[in-house]
Amino acid sequence: MDIYSLLIQLLNGVQYGLLLFLVASGLTLIFGIMGIINLAHGSFYMVGAYMAFTLASLTGNLFVAIVVGIVLSVLLGIVLEWALFSHLYKRDHLEQVLLSYGLILVFEELRSLIVGNDVHGVAVPAIFNWSIPLTATLSYPVYRLFMSAVCLALAGLLYVLIHRTRLGMMIRAGASNREMVSSLGLNINLVYRLVFALGVALAAFAGMIAAPVSSVYPGMGTQVLIICFVVVVIGGIGSIWGALFAALLIGLADTFGKVLIPEAAGVTVYLLMAAILLWRPEGLFKRVG
Amino acid sequence: MEAKRNVLRHVGAIAAVGFAAASLLLPVGDALAQQGKVKIGLMLPYTGTFAALGTAITNGFKLAVEENGGKVGGREIEYFTVDDESDPAKAPDNANKLIKRDQVDVLVGTVHSGVALAMSKVARDNNTLLIIPNAGADDITGPLCAANVFRTSFSNSQMGIAMGKVMAEQKKKTAVTLTWKYAAGDESVGGFKESFEAGGGKVVKELSLPFPQVEFQSYLTEIAALKPDVVYVFFAGGGAVKFVKDYAAAGLNKTIPLVGAGFLTDGTLEAQGEAAQGLLTTLHYGDGLNNPKNNAFRAAYMKAFKSEPDVYAVQGYDAAQLLIVGMNAVKGDMGKRAELVAAMGAAKLDSPRGSLALNKGHNPIHDIYLRKVEGKENKVIGVAVKNLTDPPRGCKL
Amino acid sequence: MNRKRIALGAALVALALFPLAGATFYTELVTKVMILAIFALSLDLLVGYTGLVSFGHAAFYGIGAYALGLLAPKYEAANLWLTLPAAVLAAGIAALAVGVFVVRVKGIYFIMVTLAFAQMFYFIFHDTKIGRGSDGISMNFKPVAAIGSVTPFDLGNATHVYYFVLVLLLAVFAFLRVILRSPFGRALMGIRSNEHRMRSLGYPVYWYKLASFAVAGALAGLAGYLSALQFGFVNPELLSWHQSGNVLLMLILGGIGSLYGAVVGAFAFVALAEIFQALTRYWQLLLGATIILLVIFLPGGLASVAARFRRTLTGEEDHE
Repeated sequence: MDIYSLLIQLLNGVQYGLLLFLVASGLTLIFGIMGIINLAHGSFYMVGAYMAFTLASLTGNLFVAIVVGIVLSVLLGIVLEWALFSHLYKRDHLEQVLLSYGLILVFEELRSLIVGNDVHGVAVPAIFNWSIPLTATLSYPVYRLFMSAVCLALAGLLYVLIHRTRLGMMIRAGASNREMVSSLGLNINLVYRLVFALGVALAAFAGMIAAPVSSVYPGMGTQVLIICFVVVVIGGIGSIWGALFAALLIGLADTFGKVLIPEAAGVTVYLLMAAILLWRPEGLFKRVG
Repeated sequence: MEAKRNVLRHVGAIAAVGFAAASLLLPVGDALAQQGKVKIGLMLPYTGTFAALGTAITNGFKLAVEENGGKVGGREIEYFTVDDESDPAKAPDNANKLIKRDQVDVLVGTVHSGVALAMSKVARDNNTLLIIPNAGADDITGPLCAANVFRTSFSNSQMGIAMGKVMAEQKKKTAVTLTWKYAAGDESVGGFKESFEAGGGKVVKELSLPFPQVEFQSYLTEIAALKPDVVYVFFAGGGAVKFVKDYAAAGLNKTIPLVGAGFLTDGTLEAQGEAAQGLLTTLHYGDGLNNPKNNAFRAAYMKAFKSEPDVYAVQGYDAAQLLIVGMNAVKGDMGKRAELVAAMGAAKLDSPRGSLALNKGHNPIHDIYLRKVEGKENKVIGVAVKNLTDPPRGCKL
Repeated sequence: MNRKRIALGAALVALALFPLAGATFYTELVTKVMILAIFALSLDLLVGYTGLVSFGHAAFYGIGAYALGLLAPKYEAANLWLTLPAAVLAAGIAALAVGVFVVRVKGIYFIMVTLAFAQMFYFIFHDTKIGRGSDGISMNFKPVAAIGSVTPFDLGNATHVYYFVLVLLLAVFAFLRVILRSPFGRALMGIRSNEHRMRSLGYPVYWYKLASFAVAGALAGLAGYLSALQFGFVNPELLSWHQSGNVLLMLILGGIGSLYGAVVGAFAFVALAEIFQALTRYWQLLLGATIILLVIFLPGGLASVAARFRRTLTGEEDHE
């Protein structure tokens, strides 16, 4: 592999990793702050992608679709937390796993019912629908660069939110001791509801911007969820930095694995996970707060 | 918990007894094989990435039956339909439902090779007549061939063999292949490699990704790095649409020719648009085939379904034609299995694709055309291989 | 106690006589359920009695099935008495290997890593040359139960397979019963209720958990082998997390921490699935909604339901 191809594959890997981070950050945030394991997180990604597809078909504009989609997913998050997840804070993990598993089934079938099971493409918005020639043979689609930029920006915003705002302070405090924080007069329920909605919105947003690149298909939620679990396991549950680091690691491992060892492509990521777990059973970074 | 457990335990016992009772009341099946309707089981994908193909096959099949007066062998038809979702895991269950529960006389399907492999096993185990209108898994008419299993489509390696020969003749020296990692993809690419290397070329790298993923970016980068003379791919349906577009978006279509099995551009040109122009593919069907049967077929299909037929519709149409030939030979008496099968095996069909005969393993012997995408059509520009039969390796018929 | 015995006896008789009544389709269906019951029993050892919630148990089920798929020669029948132990052993060894990694962590981590490792095995069979891809492996011949020149039963006959599976189900049940009544089993239950206490009492908790994980995996492999035997077909979806989720669901339906519960749960799950499938194409919607309602509306969780009923039916033993 020559230097140019190496650099481009690096770019591919980082781009994939940043997208994974977006989804995984929601998962680890929800677990780290609220102690809830949510298997249906991948479904939010899928919901986002399908929303992008339907709304973009209706309005003809992907950006409008994304804005509307974000609003809808925040609402969805609030409703889900209020109706279902708020019951789970004091329950054991098995029940959380089962409830969210049931939720996955519900989401998948609802999608099947409402939109169908076909594979759909989402058009890349015209402004980004061109490619930059990088080498004599290969051009790089600008939309992918846009995606990476957006993911980086969001990662930055997340950092600012958690570490530099009052809300972030409350979130971190709530993570350490829920009762004490409540007794201080802060509305912990509201905080939890917002965090959950944030997590949902992050996953859905990732699905929306990824839609033109990955297509919209039934299995996409499950696929991304499993990889996110690996990201969170490697990075350490509850750690945002861990999620970023692990997501990039996995993005690169997957990208290079596919072309260097095509026979073992899907397994590379898990071997990596096994190796890391052998060394650090609870992931690379300790949890936030 | 204790009372709940008792209740559930009783439920389990009642369920068991219930099953027993239900099965006693189950009809034993139509013992009168001659009279009554012919039960045809259609097991095809009606949802998912191959949904359009399942519909086209069904349309073609029913069109042929309609043209035959709505009957086969003088008997009316009762259709049983199952959506197989192109899922090999559910295939044995789905096939069993049609064969054992609905007791169909003929099983028709399917698109996905993995599903068809499972179907053919169930059909062989139960000696049910099976006609495959698409799935090209080589083994089905090879080592796994059987008297009651027929195919009116193709075998996967045929397209690859044809294109490999053409590329070698065009003096291409190096190639890279890319496909989904399943029977159809592996065999298609395998066929290409076989004839391309026999003609003096070399496949420098064989890439694959899991079905039905469509994230191609890292593979496109690798192809650009390798700079082969030609890239041969196998994709179909939604995946084909995305790949051709991504290939163009990466600028590769200007420097490295892309070729593939015809499924890359069949039924997908509308969505692929500009990106597909000029692509060469091999298939046993194409646009602009000027024979009387094809012209009549296309007109009838357009009239009945208000859309252009594609190769999948042709395969479904031929599946019905094959059944009709067999049923006419035994005058509708499915009990005469040996004569039915013999008649079908010896059939020489007038297919919209040209002439169609079957080899020893009941796989099509037909011409493979070379086609080029021009506008919204796959124009036939020549014959890649005439009367290609794939040798039924390991078939004991 | 008497009522329980009578109910059990009736169920056993019904199971034993079932094939004589029904058509092949239904005999095969109940065979399928019994195989799932073995699978559920294996997980119960882990979840119900050791307190380790695994979301990746289907991996060992699948390994047992693939063992048969890979060992079966292409042009002749495999031998049951050779391949069955091989499959159970393969699954057990895999479980031991995975256990070394996962048993070190607890709670949520345990759930997540078991899921992740199951996915690893899934991809090994789905993507690499070992498993022959997403189409799976088709076996051309059913295994033969021959010992030398004697073939006591024909695995091509649905009724014979039914009774073979029934015998195995009873054997697994009895085996687990014995283990759980032994000091080893009591230790496992102690670990489930309070791991720290067991550790402070000097028990090598890690090894007990590892052993439980390995045995559970081996038994799951047995169930997987039988499933491959029944259909003659193996496929990576056997290792999917849907499968892992479904078997957990069986335990919830039947009652965690009860061997009878695992068996009843398997029947209940399939019955529910069949009923829902008959109602609508979108049956998983009903299944998912049922799961959600089950979790939410049992106040205080399923554990408190157990406590509540135990109070009202004093004298009844909680675990068999």
